[in-house]
Amino acid sequence: MSHGTQAPAGADFEPTTWTGSVRKRWLSTLPPEKMLPENQPSYVASWIYVFGMLTIVAMIVAIASGVIITLGGVQWFHESSTGKFFNSVHYWSVQLFFLFMVVHLWGKYWMAAWRGKRALTWATGVLAFLTAVGVGFTGYVITTNFNAQWIAFEAKDVMNAIGVGSVFNVTNLGQMVTFHVAPLPLMLVVIVAMHVLLVRKHGVVPPIDAIDHDAVAPAAAETESAEVAS
Amino acid sequence: MSRESRKAREAFYARPWTGPNRHYDILKEGAIALLVVSVLVIFLSALFSSPDDPALTFKGWATDSPTNFYATEVQQLAGTSGTATYGPPYNEGDGPSLGPLTFQKWGGVTHPIDTANDFVITPLSSQVEPNDVTAALKAWGAATPDQQTKWAGDYDTALQATADANGDLHIDAVAKGDYGPVPDLAKGVTAMAVSGAFDNAMTGQGQFFQTDQTKQLLLMGDGSYMDDKATSLNLQGNTWGMMNEAGSWPGQQWLAFTSVWYQLPAFNAPDSATGLTRTLTDNADVWIAAILVLLLITFTFTPFIPVLRDLPRWIPLHRLVWKDYYKKHGRQAA
Repeated sequence: MSHGTQAPAGADFEPTTWTGSVRKRWLSTLPPEKMLPENQPSYVASWIYVFGMLTIVAMIVAIASGVIITLGGVQWFHESSTGKFFNSVHYWSVQLFFLFMVVHLWGKYWMAAWRGKRALTWATGVLAFLTAVGVGFTGYVITTNFNAQWIAFEAKDVMNAIGVGSVFNVTNLGQMVTFHVAPLPLMLVVIVAMHVLLVRKHGVVPPIDAIDHDAVAPAAAETESAEVAS
Repeated sequence: MSRESRKAREAFYARPWTGPNRHYDILKEGAIALLVVSVLVIFLSALFSSPDDPALTFKGWATDSPTNFYATEVQQLAGTSGTATYGPPYNEGDGPSLGPLTFQKWGGVTHPIDTANDFVITPLSSQVEPNDVTAALKAWGAATPDQQTKWAGDYDTALQATADANGDLHIDAVAKGDYGPVPDLAKGVTAMAVSGAFDNAMTGQGQFFQTDQTKQLLLMGDGSYMDDKATSLNLQGNTWGMMNEAGSWPGQQWLAFTSVWYQLPAFNAPDSATGLTRTLTDNADVWIAAILVLLLITFTFTPFIPVLRDLPRWIPLHRLVWKDYYKKHGRQAA
């Protein structure tokens, strides 16, 4: 039985395995101080920055309430006050999720948040919005009420017109429930996770026309940073 | 801004930040946000509940609008209903097109619907019927397809001809003619719907387990019953119906970028229109889908598209976000 040496901390080592290579890559790209920082640039000081976090927590509430509704079934909320309550929680968390997301998205547009090699962060945000629309849509067509009847009847024309109606049948309740509770929310969570990791990797974009503090007065910048931290 | 200075600024923005920092606890912010949103959601749920307008039924349709249900079933037998003439994936046909491209045909007929059998004959045959309806079913089954089509087509034409100034049909005023068993079939299926048995026949479709509502939903949409209710609730596409929902609820506001196109006159041409607006209106779904795809691509690649990527600099809303920073540190000269 051999005793391996203690794994070196951080990314400062030569990997000898696939696992090691992945760990080195991960720690080089997203060291713990970037992943879970205790400081942020001083310009991250506006209410607009809160909407990204609000979007994520609204998504968490929507997923949690959705899981509970799934346990009761799609018709639970017609016949049970408990089911109705969780359906309401699901409904309002989704409303807030989209509200926060749209504010976050427009905020990032007017901040030109794609600057400094952050275009992929922007693109994953757009993709997250698109996926969320899909999740929301499939949610509406499985409510087994008049809204579901009308939305499914109308939406089938769009799906058929673009050629996907034969495989994505919005008038098939069983298929739509599957899409709503499994692949689409999973896609959304994965895309949002990628989006957050990219934000952590690149950091929050500096203000438009921000000062190059290194070039202007590096000593002053360090002093201010120390004062804020203390 | 010159290309060189843009590149230099991009390199600066991409660098790790070396300016002043502030203390920040991401997990604490998340925990507080979760608490605030949870309380807000529970408050809204307790105060407003959530929408749940009951689903329409065939019994309700046949009871409230028996003539409309009757006429719709005649059209199913005649093959003139919306579903019977829809095209793929329900039956042979074309569907809307984007220029030479007819995407709807590409998938083929994957959910075949024979409106006469699926919407009239099979439900009627699923239960014991009065003698006149049983005889009508027998006569229909014994006739050739051409004979069936002639009977039902002639009766459909005669029934539609009874429309008064309000568009209401009058079954008693249908001109005499050889319509075979069609009137008895239509009368029988309407009576079946009024009794509630038609709902069971359509939802079960002869099976114990059934989770596909395609057939009953298409039939429900062929008449004016569901359409009229949607109109009364402002749910039609050209009244922002894609975003609205039944009742006073927020609806799907996030679909505004989709819904807005359905309000344009170009996609709402009157029946008398010809030319481009006729083409756009008849194929609105596929044209609007194409527009949305282009918008989505544009939106995704905004960081690389001149003007779009420059608007945030030209319309300086960002000064509100970073006003403290600019006040303290000023701005980098261009």
